Amino acid sequence: MNFKQSFRLAIKSLKTSKMRSFLTMLGIIIGVASVIILVSLMNGLSQDMTSSFESMGTNTLTVNVMGRGTNRTLSVEEVETLVEENPEYLDQYSPRVTASVTAKYDVNSVSTTVIGVNEFYDDMQSVAVTEGRFIQYIDTLRRLKVCVIGAYEAQELFEGADPIGETVKLNGSSYKVVGLLEETADSEEGSDDDVIYVPYTAATRLADNARISSYYLTAVDTDEIETSKTVIENMMYSVFEDENAYRVTSMSEMIEAVNEMTSSMALVLVGIAGISLVVGGIGIMNIMLVSVTERTREIGIRKSLGAKRKDIMRQFIIEAATTSSAGGIIGIIFGIGAAYAAGVIMDMTVVPSWNAVAIAFSVSVGIGIVFGYFPANKAAKMNPIDALRYD
Amino acid sequence: MIRLEEVYKIYNMGENEVRAIDGVSLEIRENEMAAIIGQSGSGKSTCMNIIGCLDVPTSGKYYLNDQDVSHMKDDELAEVRNKTLGFIFQQYNLIHKLNVLENVELPLVYKGVHEKERIEAAREALRKVGIEDKMNNLPSQLSGGQQQRVSIARALAGNPSIILADEPTGALDTKTGKEVLEFLQKLNGEGNTIILITHDMGVAEKAKRIIRISDGKIVEDSGHSVPKTEHERSGIPGKGNVKRAVPKAAGMGDAV
Repeated sequence: MNFKQSFRLAIKSLKTSKMRSFLTMLGIIIGVASVIILVSLMNGLSQDMTSSFESMGTNTLTVNVMGRGTNRTLSVEEVETLVEENPEYLDQYSPRVTASVTAKYDVNSVSTTVIGVNEFYDDMQSVAVTEGRFIQYIDTLRRLKVCVIGAYEAQELFEGADPIGETVKLNGSSYKVVGLLEETADSEEGSDDDVIYVPYTAATRLADNARISSYYLTAVDTDEIETSKTVIENMMYSVFEDENAYRVTSMSEMIEAVNEMTSSMALVLVGIAGISLVVGGIGIMNIMLVSVTERTREIGIRKSLGAKRKDIMRQFIIEAATTSSAGGIIGIIFGIGAAYAAGVIMDMTVVPSWNAVAIAFSVSVGIGIVFGYFPANKAAKMNPIDALRYD
Repeated sequence: MIRLEEVYKIYNMGENEVRAIDGVSLEIRENEMAAIIGQSGSGKSTCMNIIGCLDVPTSGKYYLNDQDVSHMKDDELAEVRNKTLGFIFQQYNLIHKLNVLENVELPLVYKGVHEKERIEAAREALRKVGIEDKMNNLPSQLSGGQQQRVSIARALAGNPSIILADEPTGALDTKTGKEVLEFLQKLNGEGNTIILITHDMGVAEKAKRIIRISDGKIVEDSGHSVPKTEHERSGIPGKGNVKRAVPKAAGMGDAV
């Protein structure tokens, strides 16, 4: 009935006392903005992590052998047999041996990670070679000292010169560079570009450990990855007879685990930010109580003209909700802006969630209604005679 | 139209009992212009609050348009006020944040009248009091006399059957006060029932009928000798004749 008028009146009183309105809304603005900032950053973080896991292939299964006191290991042949016997579930496999090395060429040197793999690895993990070739079967068979270097190494060691055919020293032993990887992460240190691949047979020497404790396998069908995992687990159990001696993980499980972790982290952070929304709501209630007292006479006039309790109630609740939703809108705009600014400063991906925006807005409207209720009720219950006499 | 029967309004102030209205019986008919006069503390304001449905009596009956309003709840009273009463206050009681038109619209807003009709009716009321040209101004931009006209327009906008004016000239200078009273007389001439509440005999004289209240009791009623309530009420036809005769006489007296 008089919704439009109440709304117009609320906007009017927001405009007439700008400073007061702003201070009233401040709590809501801060609350909404921090929720938006946190959600955007956490979204960005989880998207980054997910995509980096996804780049490793969602059909990848990892087998880790911990040993647990037994000397029994898992040989490459055993894994090969497993893959060959289960062609409907398992596609390819590669051992994965990692070692930290110092790579040297001429006077340049870098500390990096060497990963020992077989000839299937590039296919399984979508590793692309721009120049030369990847590790091949013959390399692993003959334990050839060849390597495929990442873009970071090419840049640091060779400084733009063609690395193919050159010899680098990995922990002192000479390796021939046979391939150069495609740049995927701006050749930054510690990124996917900072890596050297060698045949796994050679890597066991670099790693000072003849045991191969980690394998990557690919499932034929991502949707049946759980069955593929079970196939591996059954084989592992028959070898080790102890579930604690090994671990089989699928990449999608890891993505899920990461998502779960980031979202529960986001929930905690948003919960903390939510407290300031409640504080903001109390601020609105406080100002509304003052406003009701200030406008006692107006309430008396309205009542004498025939306003019922619900009319007065509605007027003040609409006013409170207008104040808080205005604060919510400002908070959303400010929050998105600040999230992008923070993303640039801290070099993080920012993904504003429209869900979060919608929820933040409705929560701020809701806060206005909830915290406006008490003052509005006080106004609605006023006795018109006393209210008219109030100065 | 208005009928009070043995109305009491008693306030309990701790031990003391204050009888603000002490057994008032009163009848005001359609198209009357009556003044309720009394000193401050005489009970005239309480009387107005009850007639204006802002308050309910402690005991006794109040019939407004043959409807018993003496035991109504807040919201029911609000509806009665909205539909049948128009108030004019000493302090104008306009809402400062609203412009003139919006102020006049208010009773219609609460009546649930549609915006178009509402604006039309409000403009009509403003036209009647002669300040339609000021309708977009804020009350603070108007003189006291103009503000009082706005409040009259507001009282008229809902087309109420009774207009209650509480010291309508109290805050105005003599000249504007006189204009306002003349306007009220004119409205009465057009068929509106008007009740004036005042302490000023000069103002009360403009009414056709003067009801004097003292210590919560009616001590004088020019339209009627002090009513004797129930017993007298039995002889309604005769009383009606007397009543109709008197206002005319009072009206002539005013003209002299």
